[in-house]
Amino acid sequence: MVWVPELVSNEELSSKQTSTQSQGEQMQYVITAENLTKTYGDVIAVDGISFSVPAGEAFGLLGPNGAGKSTTMKMIGGVSQRTSGSLSIMGLDPESHGPEVRAHLGVVPQQDNLDEELKVRDNLLVYGRYFGLPMSYLRPKADELLEFAQLTDKAKSKVDALSGGMKRRLTIARSLINEPRILLLDEPTTGLDPQARHILWDRLFRLKEQGVTLILTTHYMDEAEQLCDRLIVVDKGRIMAEGSPASLIREYSTREVLELRFGSERNATIGAELEGIGERLETLPDRVLIYAHDGEAALEQVSARGLRPLTSLVRRSSLEDVFLRLTGRSLVD
Amino acid sequence: MSTLTEGHSVTEAARNRRFGPMYSRNVKAVIARGLMATKSSNWMVMLSGFFEPVLYLISMGVGLGAIVGAVEGPGGQEISYAAYIAPALLAVSAMNGAIYDSTWNVFFKMNFAKLYQGMLYTSLGPLDVAMGEIFLALLRGLLYATGFTAVMGLMGLITTPWAILMIPASVLIAFGFASFGMGITSFMKTFQQMDWINFVMLPMFLFSATFYPLSVYPQYIQWFIQAMPLWHGVELLRQISVRTFSPATAIHIGYYLVMIVLGVLLTAGRLRKLFLK
Amino acid sequence: MTEQRAHPPAVSAARARRWGSFYYAEQVLRVMKGYGWTIVMYGVGQPVAYLFAMGVGLATLVDTNSEAAFGGVSYLAFIAPALLISAAVMTAANEFTFPVMDGFKWRRVYYGPHASPLTPEQIATGHIMAVTLRFLLQSAIYFVVVALFGASPSGWGWVSVLVATLAGLSFGLPLMAYAASIKEDKGQFAMVMRFIVMPLFLFSGTFFPLDTLPLVVRWIGWISPIWHGTELGRVFSYGYEESPLLTILHIVFLVGLAVVGWVLTKRQFVRRLGQ
Repeated sequence: MVWVPELVSNEELSSKQTSTQSQGEQMQYVITAENLTKTYGDVIAVDGISFSVPAGEAFGLLGPNGAGKSTTMKMIGGVSQRTSGSLSIMGLDPESHGPEVRAHLGVVPQQDNLDEELKVRDNLLVYGRYFGLPMSYLRPKADELLEFAQLTDKAKSKVDALSGGMKRRLTIARSLINEPRILLLDEPTTGLDPQARHILWDRLFRLKEQGVTLILTTHYMDEAEQLCDRLIVVDKGRIMAEGSPASLIREYSTREVLELRFGSERNATIGAELEGIGERLETLPDRVLIYAHDGEAALEQVSARGLRPLTSLVRRSSLEDVFLRLTGRSLVD
Repeated sequence: MSTLTEGHSVTEAARNRRFGPMYSRNVKAVIARGLMATKSSNWMVMLSGFFEPVLYLISMGVGLGAIVGAVEGPGGQEISYAAYIAPALLAVSAMNGAIYDSTWNVFFKMNFAKLYQGMLYTSLGPLDVAMGEIFLALLRGLLYATGFTAVMGLMGLITTPWAILMIPASVLIAFGFASFGMGITSFMKTFQQMDWINFVMLPMFLFSATFYPLSVYPQYIQWFIQAMPLWHGVELLRQISVRTFSPATAIHIGYYLVMIVLGVLLTAGRLRKLFLK
Repeated sequence: MTEQRAHPPAVSAARARRWGSFYYAEQVLRVMKGYGWTIVMYGVGQPVAYLFAMGVGLATLVDTNSEAAFGGVSYLAFIAPALLISAAVMTAANEFTFPVMDGFKWRRVYYGPHASPLTPEQIATGHIMAVTLRFLLQSAIYFVVVALFGASPSGWGWVSVLVATLAGLSFGLPLMAYAASIKEDKGQFAMVMRFIVMPLFLFSGTFFPLDTLPLVVRWIGWISPIWHGTELGRVFSYGYEESPLLTILHIVFLVGLAVVGWVLTKRQFVRRLGQ
């Protein structure tokens, strides 16, 4: 007997979505992690993190390399055993119900692991068979997904012949073959050119509109701002902050940032002379950052003190500022 | 706040299943994938695996056989040198194929092609993958054994219809090695460690009474070789090839049955280590 | 900060012109050091296993049944040079295939030095130099084991170390040129192993004199570096009697094939890296 996961059409999903939301307080969590911990020997990869993700949300895990993002993703899929803590996906523990949990999931791993021995379309068909899905369902679904991934004319090509962006799109198409309710994306756009990234973001946004829950790791701040409703910043296996992109910026940064360059000789000493301007001051080797609600006003104050920077730039505060403030500026790797 | 739980009846059933998280009763998807990959792979490469023992048989059997002459077969009767080594070469080929498929092949797909990572993120469990791969290895072994037995027939090395039993017997031998091989692969972390496997295989190939009778060795070496699996395979096939059975035949078969059981238990116990890190 | 500055580009270029091959050979040797333990284990384990199994075990069968088949020497002495040469050729079949593919395709290790002052010819030659060193080391170990088995009666036996190295290059360099031309891995190397290396190993007068075979397959030996190398090795290790003309032919054949392979390899490297 082959277990065929219950297929829910997108319409059904979105109707469920609205009914969920209309119930108001009654939040439905598809993922709940409590005190999740994973150690490899002496190394603590994930150090007791807790979070919950409601259905239909785009949830981001941000963090530098080695923060424990990928490990968390693996534990959600039940392909890595947690050391302690509890985890529930669609009400099931992935460790005791791996196949059942993964039947709900679509997974886009950090590195494409397409089946190089099979052709593009066969990759989708065979992957669908792993879910026990019948061919009568898979054939039209594969064509639909190739269309979605803009790979229709590559259907009979070898995987090897695809560009990096195409492989990535095929991996995403593959992850959708079982119409998952939760999509895990581990650094989906790392290594792609800007065009390819924007195509991917567009595709992911459509899925979100259809009510698919997105769990996304990234270290691209623009990506997180584009896609995530809510995110956690993870560093050294712990949660440093949690919230929507806007609320995180509000909490950990100012509305604007003024960047000043005085040349590498003077930068280090100029700090004292800028004291008192803006809400916070940060001196970097190559420039000085002044965090302020109004960047232009801060720049005027600088000029008023008779200081003449080589260059100055006022910009909106971004998640990157939050990220660097929380995880530090030193190289992690 | 409540947790979303879908009332899948299948999910409920799964809770009470043995091997629950390891097995989803979908071995056939893994097998289907293997067969589809074979379709696009190089057929000559597939065929070439069958030629190796044939080449050995022609070279050693015909070339060296002209010098060696007749030798004493399992029942004490005189047989040609080619007829003497042919079953041994079949046993070696069953061992090599099974070990290759269950060690190098699994190691490569796990660590380099990342094939299993993709598979294990679906509703497949590790047991589905392991069983599928072993099945595919045995299927290939079956084809090679059939081909080799046919070649033996063409070379006039088969004198009894019983020799056809060499085919299922080689699958039995292959199963023994494959089940063990996969368990052993779970302990391997680097390519260098994988090389150790060859280190065990080469002497076993050379010393297991493949090319000359065990009697050339002193007694203690004979005992040692008789403890090794390949020797039992060689003897079993040799006995079948001339239809000379003895109580030892049962011991040879029993050896492989025990090996299969232990190998499967080892592999099953190591599935997490092998596939879920 | 280091006090010493890099020397001027002109000096780098001049040195690379002169020593480039050696620089690349050094890199390959450093990589080999990573699996040096395996090389040594194989180097010792393989001859011991083969000499015991074939030279001692199989020999009991062969020597009792036909004493005079091998020109008056024991079966062990007869196959020892053959095993030594074959081992070098098998190593060549490994070192000049997958690592070359690795250089151009998988990890693209040739492209790093290609961006330095080294030329493609130097990269090819450097790789060959490093592998030649491995042949020498491995064959020397093999010969020591052979000598310990008492399977090299003549005082000139050690020359077979050089013969083995030459045979390895003679088989390996044309193969390297082929490997450098492969763009897509379709299992070609497995085919080479099974349809070329294996037949050469089995039909080159290794385990029995070539004359024993029918003419239909005897030609395999005539075009085989293993046969030429083995015959040459037998001349040195136990004074195998053959016409001096034939001995010269063996040497010319082996050297000729190696040189042709070397030239083709360099040409292929220039073409491929220039793409």
